Amino acid sequence: MATGEVALGKPAGAAAESLAASQPSTTKKVVNDFSIQVATVNGSGSQSANSVLLKSIFSMGIPVSGKNLFPSNIAGLPTWYTIRASKHGYVARKKEIDVLVAMNPETGREDMLSLPAGSAAIYDQSLNLKQYRQDVTSYPVPFDQLTAAVCPEAKLRKLVKNMVYVGVVAQLIGIDLQSAETSVRRQFARKPKAADLNWNAVKAGYEYAAQSLVKADPFFLEPMQATEGKIIIDGNSAAALGAMFAGVTVVTWYPITPSSSVVENLIGYLRKYRVDQDGKATFAVVQAEDELAAVGMVLGAGWAGARSMTATSGPGISLMAEFVGLGYYAELPGVIFDIQRVGPSTGMPTRTMQGDLLSVAYLSHGDTKHVFLLPASVEECYQFAIEAFDLAEQLQTPVFVLSDLDLGMNNWMSKPFEYPTKPINRGKVLTKEDLDRLGGFARYKDVDGDAIPYRTLPGTDHPRAAYFTRGSGHNEKGLYTERADEYQEVMERLARKFDTARGMVPAPELVQNGKSKVGLIAFGSSDFAVRESRDQLKKEHGLETDYLRLRAFPFSREVLEFVAAHDRIYVIEQNRDAQMLSLLKLDLPVKELSKLRSVRYFGGMPLDARTVTDGLVLQEGI
Amino acid sequence: MATTLEAPKTPAPKTNRLGLQAVDYRGAKTTLCAGCGHNAISERIIDAMYEMGVKPERVLKLSGIGCSSKSPTYFLGRAHGFNSVHGRMPSVATGALLANSSMLGIGVSGDGDTASIGLGQFAHLMRRNLPLIYIIEDNGVYGLTKGQFSATADVGSKLKTGVINELPAINTCAMAVDLGATFVGRSFSGDKKQLLSMLKAAIAHNGTVMLDVISPCVTFNDHEGSTKSYKYVQEHEDSIGEVGFVPFFDDISVDYDPGTTYDVQMHDGSHLKLRKLHEGYDPTNRIGAVKALMEAEERGEILTGVFYIDAKRPSFIDSLNLAPEPLATLPQDRVRPPRRVLDEIMQAHL
Ligand SMILES: Cc1ncc(C[n+]2csc(CCOP(=O)(O)OP(=O)(O)O)c2C)c(N)n1
Ligand code: SF4
Ligand SMILES: [Mg+2]
Repeated sequence: MATGEVALGKPAGAAAESLAASQPSTTKKVVNDFSIQVATVNGSGSQSANSVLLKSIFSMGIPVSGKNLFPSNIAGLPTWYTIRASKHGYVARKKEIDVLVAMNPETGREDMLSLPAGSAAIYDQSLNLKQYRQDVTSYPVPFDQLTAAVCPEAKLRKLVKNMVYVGVVAQLIGIDLQSAETSVRRQFARKPKAADLNWNAVKAGYEYAAQSLVKADPFFLEPMQATEGKIIIDGNSAAALGAMFAGVTVVTWYPITPSSSVVENLIGYLRKYRVDQDGKATFAVVQAEDELAAVGMVLGAGWAGARSMTATSGPGISLMAEFVGLGYYAELPGVIFDIQRVGPSTGMPTRTMQGDLLSVAYLSHGDTKHVFLLPASVEECYQFAIEAFDLAEQLQTPVFVLSDLDLGMNNWMSKPFEYPTKPINRGKVLTKEDLDRLGGFARYKDVDGDAIPYRTLPGTDHPRAAYFTRGSGHNEKGLYTERADEYQEVMERLARKFDTARGMVPAPELVQNGKSKVGLIAFGSSDFAVRESRDQLKKEHGLETDYLRLRAFPFSREVLEFVAAHDRIYVIEQNRDAQMLSLLKLDLPVKELSKLRSVRYFGGMPLDARTVTDGLVLQEGI
Repeated sequence: MATTLEAPKTPAPKTNRLGLQAVDYRGAKTTLCAGCGHNAISERIIDAMYEMGVKPERVLKLSGIGCSSKSPTYFLGRAHGFNSVHGRMPSVATGALLANSSMLGIGVSGDGDTASIGLGQFAHLMRRNLPLIYIIEDNGVYGLTKGQFSATADVGSKLKTGVINELPAINTCAMAVDLGATFVGRSFSGDKKQLLSMLKAAIAHNGTVMLDVISPCVTFNDHEGSTKSYKYVQEHEDSIGEVGFVPFFDDISVDYDPGTTYDVQMHDGSHLKLRKLHEGYDPTNRIGAVKALMEAEERGEILTGVFYIDAKRPSFIDSLNLAPEPLATLPQDRVRPPRRVLDEIMQAHL
């Protein structure tokens, strides 16, 4: 991670470090375009402080993003939070850290050594981090003393200390006090006493910095007007909102990072907004015994006519395999959110990846393939959640929403979500009246030529309404069969149904000028880094690129057209094995395949633009 | 409502209180072996549904995988059916009944389907007390995969091949009582009367009904040395009591001697009457139920009857406090909150 030149200084004596900042040569002022990294210990309660920092910058009108780089641990292990302010609106992770707040004694040295030259470091004075770097502006702060002065209760000091660094940072980079106070008061809206205590701590840090530290780094914030009317929300809350407005009625889950907060947030929303006046719920939530049961309940509910969903991550997807094959073959609707994390196996549960593409696309034995949607923003987490429920019922099949930890668990700026304009679409369901008219129906028959059959819901009051649902071989009437022709007829229709889906799923987003020979294909949370990388490629290398952002599988026609229109196509993704590239290869004509190249990152950190740019530049030989 | 009591003068077809005939409760022709205990159970289910006047369209039939799990095809052809995956029927049933809690759910499983691959889902189904009639068609073997031992085979039980089972049987009834099922019984596919009464009572119960029905596999496990053969069960069966059931719509009173019967009033007003054979047996006592089951096991007897019943514990559906209409078909204005709700939430994230 280190990009800066590392200059190891002589260890200074404990008293040698002056209270005032040491000062490497001052460079040009950098305004609204830098990153802050806070290094703390997991469980030390720094979340509120980091959130206050983020929201203060946001309320100054400066585009900002925050990322929690946390361990799979409840308390004790190191954790980092990065904030990026960007006047250009870049919200991907920035590889280089400009301002470090080192609060974790265990990682302090390493954190310091990883900084680029010219950056700044705020740290507890006892850590004496200056000894490691002469080329970094150092701001030692007596955190314990400052905290003790504002927080008489010793037990609370560990928490309150975090707010002291908020004050120090605020003073040094120019967060105005008004914005900081508003953010603190909002953070502790329900606890006025805690709000006062924390605000005093912020002020103490601020005053200390004003009196005792000399600003010597180039990083400044200045108010802008770029966040007005914008919201800050995480992808999992957004997905939960989408599910509620989609009219979900049966929700099942088995807790797993990073998907748990989809359902936890959803429960909160449903309890507040989906309970009738008489206290009766228009939803059911079940914490299942495992993911097999969770998805079994989803499919049972979908079969009986409910809008049903579950949320999980890779290990849960693996467990769901058998049932998802049943859902495909018996044509049962249901929505499965997969908030991807690093695999294989338990992998790195708190790190991000786009690693479930192949396993989800073909989940389960036999010939199966599944529809999945690829949100790339919190707004799309919301929209695609709604879309997924309509698609699942229209197509009568399980539909996946592939988000990831970066999108799902981090806070993102967005324009406010729009209320759905389309009415809920429940697909082809025959009622008693339809059956009276038709006299009966064949469950798996292609009546309309789109390969989507009609179904009835259990409880339909008609003697010909019933059919038998099975995962064993069946003919178009749903009757058990082992006859080759009847079996093949259903399987071929299912393949045609998948083709129908191509025209129903969200189409890709295209950015092209019609001149460029190089096309980029990316999806999901990579989008932020890819947009920034395209600017870098243009500015630094004069390389103009076109860009297609995939939004769903199966691929629609535009994908083939885009590939056909370019000489070289770079597929950018966050996994080792170029999984999306493999899916594209299976779909594209052979003559296009030699155009495909791959840029991959799979370290588990949110993708940054520099990694994309470097990977591309290397292959382009520019 | 049609009455069943008047004697028809012309030989008009016999109908139940809904005016439906027994044929309206039939399913497809069975493909199981002739003499398979599972077929007899299907017939009793047909009888019970017919006699109780349950509308077939109001029933959900569910199953896992196995010979036993095939049987929902063979009864109630007018009910929606779902043959799911091996051992996972409970979750499918849970989802389906949450979607539409107005339906009567009946789930058919096997001893392999329940006590091995499906033990986890079985346990959690019992624990939730989902209103579902859960039937284990228990033959001590995996019929469909050609006769391997299941986890309900008794110690010492012998396969046709001569292999002897060394592992203790899982007592599904004791487990169900322990885990929270509110109606637990065991019967035998060959005991028409007892099984029919139990099934009728099961239909009236609001909560999980767990019925372990010994159902001999004539092809793989009905020989000398099998403890799940017709002969062995007939010789070793010990009933804890006769089961009588009086539906709430039936005004004929069963003449049981009050001193020797245990009368349980069911949720819907029906009466379950259990004639005491075992001295002092109280079917509302969980500890007593498990004790009786364990003691019978020690004696090498197959205890049948209704072991435990709790007609008061709220079902899973009750405890979720759901809207009375099926969730599945709630209209858009009940499930999509109005625009101002989204505005309010967006405001909170500004
Ligand atoms: C995941 C999975 N593993 C194995 C099987 C094979 N299999 C089918 S039925 C069965 C056992 C059925 O035994 P039981 O539930 O006792 O039913 P029975 O046939 O005896 O009525 C097995 C192992 C399967 N269908 N699915
Ligand atoms: S193999 Fe056994 S369980 Fe299966 S149908 Fe035949 S008799 Fe019944
Ligand atoms: Mg069996």
